[in-house]
Amino acid sequence: MEDVCARFVSQKISKTRWRPLPAAALQPPDLFATGSWDNEDNRISVWSVGDLGNAGLNGEYQGEPQLLCDIRHNGDVMDMQFLDQERIVVASSTGTVTVFRHHQNNQTLSANQQWEKAHYHVDQDTSCGGAACTGVICNKPEIVTVGEDGRINLFRVDQKDAVRTIDNADSSTLHAVTFLRTTEILTVNSIGQLKIWDLRQQRNEPSQIFSLAGDRVPLHCVDRHPNQQHIVATGGQDGMLSIWDIRQGTMPVSLLNAHEAEMWEVHFHPSNPDHLFTCSEDGSLWHWDTSTDISEKPSFLHQGGRSTAYFSHNTINQSVVSAWLSNDPTKDRMEITNLVPNQTLSVNSLDILGPCLVYGTDAEAIYVNRQLFA
Amino acid sequence: MEELDAEPPVMVVPGADPSSRQLCFAWGPAEVLLCETRFDRTGRSPASRVFVVRKDQDIYIHTLRKLFNESHGIFIGLQRSEEELAGKSRKSHLVQVSKNYRSVIRACMEDMHQAVSILSAMELIWNLCEILFVEAAAAGPLLLRLLDWVRLHVCDVDNMVREVLSSEDPSKHELFWNLNNTQTLTEMELKWQHWHEECQRYLQDGTFASNSHTESICKILLGDEDAILEKKELMTTWYHFLVTRLLYSHPTVKPMELRFYAQSSMDLFLGGECSPEPLDTILMAAFEFEIHQVIKECSIALSNWWFVAHLTDLLDHCKLLQSHNLYFGSNMREFLLLEYASGLFSHHSLWQLGVDYFDHCPEYGRVYLELHIERIPLNTEQKALKVLRICEQRQMHEQVRSICKIMAMKALRNNRLGSALSWSIRAKDAAFATLISDRFLKDYCERGSFSDLDLIDNLGPSMLLSDRLTFLGKYREFHRLYGEKRFSEAARLLLMLMTAHIAPCSFWMTLLTDALPLLEQKEVIFSAEQTYELMRCLEDLTAGKSEKQKFQDDNVETMKVEMLRLALARNLARVIVKEGTLEGS
Repeated sequence: MEDVCARFVSQKISKTRWRPLPAAALQPPDLFATGSWDNEDNRISVWSVGDLGNAGLNGEYQGEPQLLCDIRHNGDVMDMQFLDQERIVVASSTGTVTVFRHHQNNQTLSANQQWEKAHYHVDQDTSCGGAACTGVICNKPEIVTVGEDGRINLFRVDQKDAVRTIDNADSSTLHAVTFLRTTEILTVNSIGQLKIWDLRQQRNEPSQIFSLAGDRVPLHCVDRHPNQQHIVATGGQDGMLSIWDIRQGTMPVSLLNAHEAEMWEVHFHPSNPDHLFTCSEDGSLWHWDTSTDISEKPSFLHQGGRSTAYFSHNTINQSVVSAWLSNDPTKDRMEITNLVPNQTLSVNSLDILGPCLVYGTDAEAIYVNRQLFA
Repeated sequence: MEELDAEPPVMVVPGADPSSRQLCFAWGPAEVLLCETRFDRTGRSPASRVFVVRKDQDIYIHTLRKLFNESHGIFIGLQRSEEELAGKSRKSHLVQVSKNYRSVIRACMEDMHQAVSILSAMELIWNLCEILFVEAAAAGPLLLRLLDWVRLHVCDVDNMVREVLSSEDPSKHELFWNLNNTQTLTEMELKWQHWHEECQRYLQDGTFASNSHTESICKILLGDEDAILEKKELMTTWYHFLVTRLLYSHPTVKPMELRFYAQSSMDLFLGGECSPEPLDTILMAAFEFEIHQVIKECSIALSNWWFVAHLTDLLDHCKLLQSHNLYFGSNMREFLLLEYASGLFSHHSLWQLGVDYFDHCPEYGRVYLELHIERIPLNTEQKALKVLRICEQRQMHEQVRSICKIMAMKALRNNRLGSALSWSIRAKDAAFATLISDRFLKDYCERGSFSDLDLIDNLGPSMLLSDRLTFLGKYREFHRLYGEKRFSEAARLLLMLMTAHIAPCSFWMTLLTDALPLLEQKEVIFSAEQTYELMRCLEDLTAGKSEKQKFQDDNVETMKVEMLRLALARNLARVIVKEGTLEGS
């Protein structure tokens, strides 16, 4: 916990994202972006946590995140994703999707491209009728957005008009979207359904629909296992974590009772997917660690019940059944840790890359931990 | 109504002119709305303007948000901390909390460049209250704490002290400064007396007569007030003077004796030239151990409730406030917390902090929260979800229902039937679910097909929320069965919808019409009994209509009924034969 650096930033943070590392990079990430919400003047900010030569003996760093630059954003930041090293795509509560560019040379941000009214309601009473854009996902050069209007948009960066729009894709609000494969996306909605859409096909129907058994609890977030693409995790309004195997059945494989309130984000660790992270309205951030039950691992790694991150990456791919799909996760040793010491207000967003974790809260603070697996 | 103890300050609202327009006003939680009425004194009638008069400008300062958020965390921690902590550990815990609050103030001072003086004054007052009330320093340590307090807040260090330490008789001074635990108060007093007498002897002997400078030092060491006052320009404030005096004349001062020295110090220092400023009055009240007076003066002097609310709460935890009931019922701590939290709710973003403060006001907190939370504007679904979660966690069912209804209506107006249904499920609002189902059914009747099949096909257990919703789900299932050519199952379902009264009466005609293709099938689907049931339903339907209605029915309606009767009769004929034949062979 000593490695967690906190900073109060005078704005409620709705999204935090690490800037992606170039492919061959060995060093940990040192730059992240945040978006705020519920302000009259919302901002996109870029922060640096480089050690800047302040590394101590053990390689730990001192210093809070430093603000590099920020820019005004119209509406709440509903979702945010780095398109590449320099550009950030931001979804707004006004229904607009904006691409911002971060200029490294003079440390400024500028709005590069904008799709206004990407999401809108058709309402006779109000003239604007914008609907919040709730989710955005990028796979350069493509950008997919979803919103409260149940619409799915496919944009291509630097193209003015949408490549494809599926109107009324869903009769309820779409809360999140992610790529399943390069041509397929996954969406979750507010009546508890997980849908697969094949963007190659011209029909405006999902290719598959999965739903929770029992009550149709809204699903708020979705993430796909980085290596095994049939494993999908979703988080619900009741704080439940569901793991799905999309090759089989229409219902989740396991349901894990997690948080006491809405789960806002779920992330598999991109290089070490036996680790999963979830954050919630109840103010907690959980680290789910299934790496301890792989029997092939040499015994010295079991010391203390914690495993070191990096080199187990290859052995996991070889295991026949992923730990996430095992029938009784409580029997197999899954370690779950709450990473927030004094929880008060909601943790709205988290991101992990390598050994670094960043998360933002409604208590107007950002937290960075650069020694996650130490 | 209590008497006013001071003239209320006059605030001029720029642009509002009561001589030309009659004004009216209304109190809000943290502001006043001033409005120009239609009664125009000048004879013209331009458009009316509304003025929003806010007192809490501080809330809108960017850096103070840090103060509010960090102190919110400390506040919650304090409320949640174990009550079992007793005695010394409790006191040290409370002192730590007080130090945490002060470090937050100092952190903000580092960030801000203007308004530092207010924060600095707040920290000064809080620090003194911590020494006198929270820590309740006893005689002995009290002076040390006061010395630290003055040093921390006054730029000029007491030069005298430095000189003293470097002058003759250093050993004697070491004795004086060495307040270790083994020495009791009496031992210390004795030592100090001894030292004091020695100094006096030196003065009387004329040892320092040759050097007036050293002589004045000696006089100061003896606590000679006039000598100290001569060096007035080195001390910036009267409380600096006070502590210096005490250092040299009464180092073992008891807390209760402070008031006399404080009053005389202030009088001597200010010398009647200037009247005390608000800060002076507050500090004086603290030295006099008049806690309520301190709080009252701070409330008047500071424009924001933050300081008094948190300080009072801390002092309440120290069990220092008697249940001093204010005339409108709640006690002082709760009153201040309510005011502070209400101010937070008037801010577009800080309202979330206010919730936790209301939670810890046992008498009126809940009522205030109920009223405030309904008035938060809900511009996105995510915000509405956060507000709902707050209400659900506190079993505020009324508010849950009302918020869900607002969101459902919005969704319905935007034709987002799935969203609307999702909100009704959250609120367990059967009536609204019925409304939504009726919309679906209406759409179906108009268009001949269902919209949003992904929703209706996947209702699951939420179908049971309302009868109409159940009907909708089952009706769609009928269509599905028909599409899959599972005719006998479809037939059974259709009949059940009518006989079990799941279907609304208005829909029976449609259902019967849906039965027609089943009746017309080559193979017989409905059994004799089922056919009789259908006929009964048809008769119930037509019998229910009055003669006048039958007259108004257009040809289509009558033809439909005719066709149905014919189809039913034919089906009956066929099925009787079929069933009779089977039995026979």
